[in-house]
Amino acid sequence: MSPLLRSILSIEFGFAVFRVMTPLLFAAIGVSISNLAGTINISMEGTMLVSAFVGVLVSAFTESLVLALLAGVAAGVAMGAALSYFHLRLKADIILAAIALNLFATGITVFLLFLASGDKGSSSSLKSFVFPDLNIPLIKSIPVLGAIISGHNVMTYGAILAIVVFYIITFKTPLGLRIRAVGQNPNAAESVGINVNRTRMWALMLSGFFGAFGGLYLSMGYVSWFARDMTAGRGWIAIAAATLGGYMPLGTFLASLLFGAVNALAIYFASLQIPSELIALIPYLATVIALTIYSAQALKTRTRRVEEAKRVGKITEVTDVTEFKESS
Amino acid sequence: MEKFLLKYFTLIRVIIAIAIGIVISIFLIYLISEEPGFSLKSFLLGPFLSRSRLAHVFETASPIIFCGLAIAVAFQAKQFNVGAEGSLYLGAALGTAFGVSTNMPAFIHIPLVLLMAGLAGAMWSFIPAILKARWQASELVSSLMLNYVAYFIGLYLINFHFRDKEAGFLVSYQLPESAWLAQFIPGTRIHYGIILALVFALLVYYFLYHTTTGYEIRITGFNERFARFGGISVFKVIILCQVILGFLAALGGMTEVMGIHRRFVWQNLGQPGYGWDGVIVAIIGRNHPLLIIPASFFLAYLRVGGRVLNLMSDVPAEMITVIQSIIILLITAEAFLSKWKYRITVRQAERGSTA
Amino acid sequence: METILEAKNILKVYGNGVIANRGVSVGVEKNTIHAIVGENGAGKTTLMKIIFGIEHAQGGEIFFRGEKVNVRSPHDAIQMGIGMVHQHLMLAPDLSVAENMVLGNEPRRVRFFLDTDKAVEITRRVSEEYGLPVPPDKKIKDLPIGVRQRVEILKALFRNAELLILDEPTSVLTPQETEILFKTLKNLKEQGKTIIFISHKLKEVKQIADRVTIMRDARVIDTREASELTEHDIAHLMVGRDISFERLPQPIQLGEPVLLVRDLSYVNDEGILVLNKISFDVRSGEILGLAGVVGNGQTELIRILAGLLDPSEGEISLNGERLVGLSPRKIRELGLCHIPEDRMEDGVAEEATLEENFILDRYFKRGFSKGIRLQWKEISKHSRELIEKFNILAQSTKTPVSSLSGGNIQKVVVARELSSDPELIIAAHPTRGIDVGSEEMVHRLLREARDRGKAVFLASADLDEILKLSTRVIVMYNGEVVAHFQDMSKVAAEDLGPYMLGVQREEAVSGKVSA
Repeated sequence: MSPLLRSILSIEFGFAVFRVMTPLLFAAIGVSISNLAGTINISMEGTMLVSAFVGVLVSAFTESLVLALLAGVAAGVAMGAALSYFHLRLKADIILAAIALNLFATGITVFLLFLASGDKGSSSSLKSFVFPDLNIPLIKSIPVLGAIISGHNVMTYGAILAIVVFYIITFKTPLGLRIRAVGQNPNAAESVGINVNRTRMWALMLSGFFGAFGGLYLSMGYVSWFARDMTAGRGWIAIAAATLGGYMPLGTFLASLLFGAVNALAIYFASLQIPSELIALIPYLATVIALTIYSAQALKTRTRRVEEAKRVGKITEVTDVTEFKESS
Repeated sequence: MEKFLLKYFTLIRVIIAIAIGIVISIFLIYLISEEPGFSLKSFLLGPFLSRSRLAHVFETASPIIFCGLAIAVAFQAKQFNVGAEGSLYLGAALGTAFGVSTNMPAFIHIPLVLLMAGLAGAMWSFIPAILKARWQASELVSSLMLNYVAYFIGLYLINFHFRDKEAGFLVSYQLPESAWLAQFIPGTRIHYGIILALVFALLVYYFLYHTTTGYEIRITGFNERFARFGGISVFKVIILCQVILGFLAALGGMTEVMGIHRRFVWQNLGQPGYGWDGVIVAIIGRNHPLLIIPASFFLAYLRVGGRVLNLMSDVPAEMITVIQSIIILLITAEAFLSKWKYRITVRQAERGSTA
Repeated sequence: METILEAKNILKVYGNGVIANRGVSVGVEKNTIHAIVGENGAGKTTLMKIIFGIEHAQGGEIFFRGEKVNVRSPHDAIQMGIGMVHQHLMLAPDLSVAENMVLGNEPRRVRFFLDTDKAVEITRRVSEEYGLPVPPDKKIKDLPIGVRQRVEILKALFRNAELLILDEPTSVLTPQETEILFKTLKNLKEQGKTIIFISHKLKEVKQIADRVTIMRDARVIDTREASELTEHDIAHLMVGRDISFERLPQPIQLGEPVLLVRDLSYVNDEGILVLNKISFDVRSGEILGLAGVVGNGQTELIRILAGLLDPSEGEISLNGERLVGLSPRKIRELGLCHIPEDRMEDGVAEEATLEENFILDRYFKRGFSKGIRLQWKEISKHSRELIEKFNILAQSTKTPVSSLSGGNIQKVVVARELSSDPELIIAAHPTRGIDVGSEEMVHRLLREARDRGKAVFLASADLDEILKLSTRVIVMYNGEVVAHFQDMSKVAAEDLGPYMLGVQREEAVSGKVSA
């Protein structure tokens, strides 16, 4: 067996996939939930960055993991709220406002980082905490599977949990129902008395909520410090993953898994004497290819449905054969 | 007075947004700095207080103008392609590769290198364009991803095939002098790139507002259905405006290489970053080529001011990024000040003047 | 008989000055099916919108169940017990029937969770109670329209609607689904509900309504027992005019057919046959009027002629050239111009200037551009000429179109289209929503074009306009040509009415004048 294949089918690879997938999954859930309401959220990159930073900062200064978690999440929600304010209240284009918020995030994080630690590159001078890894007692003893599943950072398990939560919110709560309704037909929602803008606001804030965990994991789990621009495009890949997954829980999970796998794969390819730069571009290229295939499919389905309707006798004759009536 | 306010409402809104931004920055400086007065002076006046700093503003504005123009052309057709960064990087990399591998007299070499870079950038932006035109794939997502791909390909190209092993850092071979853009103001690094940038700004203005193709691009941006109604090929527009984006952005990068570094030096992800600056000035300049010029200078001024601030005082340059984002948010918020405008409009109507 | 709803003297004027309801008074009795009929623009939809709280009246009162009420929003209306089934169904396509049913009134389990089982149970209960079977778990998008409409009705009933308003409910149904709907409505009536339904299909009105209110020109003409009126009576009341013989003088330059349409058919995205083998000719020097209530295929027909939509079958030729499959630009080159039905969507780019709007079809032509360069001086001059000639009220040619009034915007569209020196002018509802002065001008321009030997195809829901301008008239109903009037000198609105409303049709008719 070639060394590459051996390394792909190894336990380490399986483990790496889940590790790499974690931030992507959180962010993709965030993107999905806001898209379901019809508001495209492309500020995940900035949201994760802000949460990553706030988590590190708060944990260093309060020496409390819990407070750091709460603060990070609050920061993420605040980003969602900001986007909702500028787009829904002040009528800014949602794409442009999100671009501005991403910019804001890159600036404010380094700005405050410098003020707090005197360093602009990373927060290594700050003693910040890390979320613990979890070794699950029984599971870890399972051969092969155990080593892949157990021992991850608690956030990784959190990400899996987040998918379930996403599912529950979307399909098992009134809010989720309203979010979906608003995204599919805002007029219909309005006609039964639902406040469309308020629902969208909640969706954006939930979006920030989930994205925050992704950011927190990056700076307090994946590595244990904050570095400028550490999100490295994950927020954008999350958008692609969410799109690929149709904004549904299962789809989002599988798509994130896919991108996680491609990302992890990139590391393994390095052993093959291929320059690291060419390896590194694989995930991004894969995203473009996946997006294209998805869009082409969607387009084909739309056209096919029309052709089918015309063929398979679903044509409804509207012809009203009226008898010629004389005035009675 | 009020009629004047209504007519130039958009412009005034932009100016007010900028003013608010400056006010916030003043506030932040006072909050953070030990010597606020000095810091403020460094920030606001710094760029003017020394010859090299002022020159810096011009040097920085040059590539930003190119990228702003690039983005503006696509945004005018409502194509949200943000791939200026990728086209800039890859275009400059390929242009450099071409430049160091060929030798010819300057008057041919310079335009040819620029052309190569431009074509490379244009071809790169063709990818999100065709994906959008043919399959309706989001140009925003694809151009974003391709920025990263462009970075890695460009980096690979330079580091593995054109690396100058004698230089201390990871940089490319030096461009032959025949491919240099001369720095024409002694004591500064201002090179002919800025002249090119201004020329292209005029060209893009002319293109958008005085040619048939430019008209097609703008009308498609105004109302796509209307464009189709009149028989305009929206497919062609989608592709053309993004290809132009790639071309211009690449020129922005290549002129910088030819005028200042004379080598390909950008090693880190996010360098040089002019692509996103282009988005910013396109927004501030409302996608108008002639407004992008002052917007770019303004941004460059903020950058340099920030650097001076950073250097001379205890306030980090990133504050500028924060201020920029606030300004953009205010500018894109259509409803910002709209109530005020409404009140004036009503008053005018009541006075019987024709709106 | 107890009156459940009474509208007294309703006055509604829209922002653009159009009076939609003028002194409208209607009484609806409990436990009846009450039909409201009228042409497009008669004011019936507006009245319903006011009753349901979507619009607010400037004058008049509404009494519900004997008490004066102020309906400020659909929410208020629903609370009072009024439900509405809109023409465009208000359902979320990817949600299930049960989910759509409980939307906004979701049953909960432990406060935060949606009780999906309860939702299904509620759906079953309401569905059984009113005898309207619906599959609670299926998604709306997978259901045929008839069933979707049933869900909408159930939605209203679930919210305890005593009075149900249906806006043109049969316009999207097959004949079989219509039968089922009528059975349903009769059932509901028996269960104590009151039903108002808006329709222009008189056969159906006669089939199901107890009482009929006829509206015309923003007023109520009469309210009578349905049994007292025949379809022809109703049609007469709907379109009856003081005999206005305002007609254009005979055409001067009548010539050969310029546009030939043969067996044109079109199936839309939902699989519905919208156009069924339409055939007609338009001759040079004449105005062919297309009469019909909006929604019978006219929109699609016109878009197909202009090249904006592909037909499923059929042939179109303009001056001998085949049009099917050609691009809109090519079709324009061949001499067609189009005043579109929706001026804001298709006719103008409102943020662009007048000049930029004027040159849409000619910016690449000689005189306006040299090669790739636009000649703005000439364009401005041309624009100023157009503004003058067509009497457009605008500050300058460089102001955005959005600053103009509706009538002036239409003049911009008309100016551009007519000044392209076309062979064939397609005018779709060209005077909809504009002031009288502009309307006069448009009519004059169409007449002048006709007299210069152009062919004009005029589609309009405004019968006065059709009668005044047309040399010949074809009537469309349900995607077919059902009447062809070749001699307009003795034709009045009452003659067209029955055909437009599906009461009458000619056999084997087309609008052809040649083979």
